Amino acid sequence: MMGKISKFRNSYLWYSFKNDKFAITSFLVFMLLLIIAVFAPLISPYNPYSPDNIFILNAEMPPFWIDGGSKEFLLGTDDQGRDLLSTMIYGLRISIIIGIGAVLLQAILGIIIGLISGYVGGKIDSFFMRLADVQLSFSYLMVAIFLSAIFKAAFGVGTFGEVAVPFLIIVIGLAQWPQYARTVRASVLAEKEKEYVQAARVTGFGSVKIMWSHILPNCLSPIFVLSTIQVANAVMSEAALSFLGLGMPVTRPSLGSLINSGFEYIFSGSWWITAFPGIVLVILVLSVNMLGDWLRDTLNPKLYKG
Amino acid sequence: MSENLLNVNNLVVNFKMRSGEVTAINDISFSLLKGEKFGLVGESGAGKSVTGFSIIKLISKPGYIKSGEILFKNTDLAKLDYESIRKIRGNRISMIFQDPMMTLNPVLTIGTQMMETLMAHKNISKSEARKIAVEKLKKVHIPSPEKRLEQYPHEFSGGMRQRIIIAISLLTDPELIIADEPTTALDVTIQAEIMELLLQLCDSMGMGLILITHDLAVVSQVTDRMAVMYAGKIIEEGNTLEIIENPKHPYTEGLIAALPESASTKEKLNQIPGNMPGLGKIPEGCSFHPRCTKMMDICLTDEPELKEYKSLHRKISCHLYNEKEH
Amino acid sequence: MPENPLLEVKGVYKHFDISGGFLDKLSFEKGKPYLNKTYVKAVNNVSFDINTGETFSVVGESGCGKSTLGRSIIGLYKINRGKTYYSGKRIDSLSEKQMLHYRKKMQMVFQDPYASLNPRKNVKSILTAPLKFHFPDLSAGEINDKASEVLELVGGDTAWFKRLPHEFSGGQRQRISIARALIVDPEFIVADEPISALDVSIQAQIINLLIDAQNKRGLTYLFVAHDLSVVEHISDKVMVMYLGTICELADTKTLFSDPRHPYTRALFSAIPKLGKPSVKHIPLEGEVPTPINLPTGCVFHGRCRHANERCKNEVPALIEKDGRKIACHGVEEGRI
Repeated sequence: MMGKISKFRNSYLWYSFKNDKFAITSFLVFMLLLIIAVFAPLISPYNPYSPDNIFILNAEMPPFWIDGGSKEFLLGTDDQGRDLLSTMIYGLRISIIIGIGAVLLQAILGIIIGLISGYVGGKIDSFFMRLADVQLSFSYLMVAIFLSAIFKAAFGVGTFGEVAVPFLIIVIGLAQWPQYARTVRASVLAEKEKEYVQAARVTGFGSVKIMWSHILPNCLSPIFVLSTIQVANAVMSEAALSFLGLGMPVTRPSLGSLINSGFEYIFSGSWWITAFPGIVLVILVLSVNMLGDWLRDTLNPKLYKG
Repeated sequence: MSENLLNVNNLVVNFKMRSGEVTAINDISFSLLKGEKFGLVGESGAGKSVTGFSIIKLISKPGYIKSGEILFKNTDLAKLDYESIRKIRGNRISMIFQDPMMTLNPVLTIGTQMMETLMAHKNISKSEARKIAVEKLKKVHIPSPEKRLEQYPHEFSGGMRQRIIIAISLLTDPELIIADEPTTALDVTIQAEIMELLLQLCDSMGMGLILITHDLAVVSQVTDRMAVMYAGKIIEEGNTLEIIENPKHPYTEGLIAALPESASTKEKLNQIPGNMPGLGKIPEGCSFHPRCTKMMDICLTDEPELKEYKSLHRKISCHLYNEKEH
Repeated sequence: MPENPLLEVKGVYKHFDISGGFLDKLSFEKGKPYLNKTYVKAVNNVSFDINTGETFSVVGESGCGKSTLGRSIIGLYKINRGKTYYSGKRIDSLSEKQMLHYRKKMQMVFQDPYASLNPRKNVKSILTAPLKFHFPDLSAGEINDKASEVLELVGGDTAWFKRLPHEFSGGQRQRISIARALIVDPEFIVADEPISALDVSIQAQIINLLIDAQNKRGLTYLFVAHDLSVVEHISDKVMVMYLGTICELADTKTLFSDPRHPYTRALFSAIPKLGKPSVKHIPLEGEVPTPINLPTGCVFHGRCRHANERCKNEVPALIEKDGRKIACHGVEEGRI
């Protein structure tokens, strides 16, 4: 273990990270948001889902530094009377869960398909790639509308609220597996021709073993880079869906739904309901994107050799 | 007596790495007469390509010329600014690189690439440039050159591409050509043709040639004099055939002895143990001493200098010859 | 040497289908649609034997099919026509499972030391994986011992076990590749340009290593190379190929002292000789034709100074003449 730690400290990855202020900043910001999300119940002043805390009379109170606000509700309240700060913290949690969950789903599906497609080639490759094309040509919004309409019609809005998180994970996850599949497939095609793979074949190893333990470890760099970007995308997608009312229900809002519910109130003066969740969302997505950018530059072999 | 075309004096080239600065070329000096063919020989990592690039200041970050002079007919190239060196590069001194596939731009026709080179250096019209391009293509034996000008690099074979590159390097009638492993990527039969072509052109046009290669056989066919490089220094310099018949430095001896031609069939080849030291890991004293069969005590501490030994008609950098008079 | 063929290759063809997808192939002639197939005819009708303990070299320039031949023999490619036999048993038609038995006997060393080792696996893992796979009953201690032994045989060191490929030089990596090939105790090794990517002084080290290993373990080599001086030094028999066909096959001494085939002659004359000024080399006319549209008749006729009508139309058969096998009408007819 100590060996591995010292190896990491001597590695180029750590060196590049230490010296890149953007990387450090975005990493810290993301960690901060992650910690807030994980420890939401402990950090949040109120539990926004408990009906005890919601008094409609408290609705639309401004942040505490503006006239009419109070220290009880630091960032004000939303249209339902929930403390905005608490709702944002729990909303952040939901956004991150969905973001990471969707990416896990995409990654597993995409990596397996990409490996098989790239290694086996031929008709199977053609089939999966056409499938990917078809998948990409469906707007995920359209799919979400379609599926959620069917679901709600079949099981009712209430049930939908309960399974909203898994539902969104599946919809966003399925929408984006082709990105992983294509990226992995491209890596596999390049690695397949390399002589260490041929040496493995000459030794007699089977295809599955070669794909899994020889080729896949060498495709990890693009996968890591893609994953950071995809987390950002997934969070944005969920926000977009919730904004359109197709995502998280009003009772358990994510950042996107908060932005949505506050939208109507912007012009009537209650700008904070949209603004603060919006700012947090931007910070979340920005930090993840910047981490992804840094990772891509660091892992780029051409830059590394220089 | 021909005058000196190129004088490299005490050239030092360093690379700025994140762990510090490392020296790639450690104080080398050599000169070239007008029309002379000079070989720069060594294995990978010796610094011969870096030397070639440095002459026309083609070294890019993190490398840079730390000190020394590169006198091209009395102009010190090392001190020239970007604009001035551009007038010399591709004009008075041309360079041929190793891989013909990478040197030509795949999306431009041969004609465009040749004419733009000409027009960048000379104030001539497009049609005049075209005429010169056709003439040079003929010189390198490309059949139907007028037609070929409209073709793209991928329509030519490897050997023809290298010929085109030679033609491009001849466009401005340069005085010196630096050829960096020009035939390593080519087949043996094509290699022979290209080397013969280069030789013929140098002779007929009175051009100097610096041939950078690891192939002792090729260098023995083409060059008059050669310098052997090891770990950034020249360790032996002299007449090519004389060096090959009678190498003096233990490294040169080892290199020639390691060739299959030097051993009898199926017998083990003479090998030089170990590897050439990498940048920044060069040993104290003589950089070759860990691998040298004739190592003496002084080799561990003192770095030998390249000294001229008139009686041997050779420049050698080795303590073995210290006692002999210069 | 007693004739005891370990490997027999009979009438082997390997063509690669580069026709592309369905739409690429589709074309029309006289109003009727048909599928246009394009093949790279890499190896055409190659037959030869390799005896136990021999070093058999295949030489030729790029595009001659020697690498494809080597890979087809070891089973990386499936041949289209012909038969290959190992120790008298047919191996080209075996399934992957049946082939496993032979994978212990036949191994391969590749050209590019930078691509032939998995960058993510350390040396111990690279060496022990084939051993564990083929001999699952060995104990961990026995595996360790074997790995150390073979690594030392190639001039390596057990300190290398924990290190990753990128920490080694080209020559060292090639040693590790050779160790990997040797660890399963093979009888036959295909070496595909094993020294082309290495420096001259390192080449000598690796060649010596290969000769050593052959002497110690009684190995048989199929050496694919383009460096003729190395080939002359280590081979027993040499086969010259051009565009997928055999031009000439003879034992080393015969071939190098008296090459007969016009291509062999041109090839040998083009090798720069150390220390001797330019010998006038035999120039070849034209350019190398493509293996997609092979010339008719003798594949070399377009570039040969002695070609006649027969050469244009009739493929020369590989015949025995003057102590060698040669495919040339001119030599057969006594013209050359």
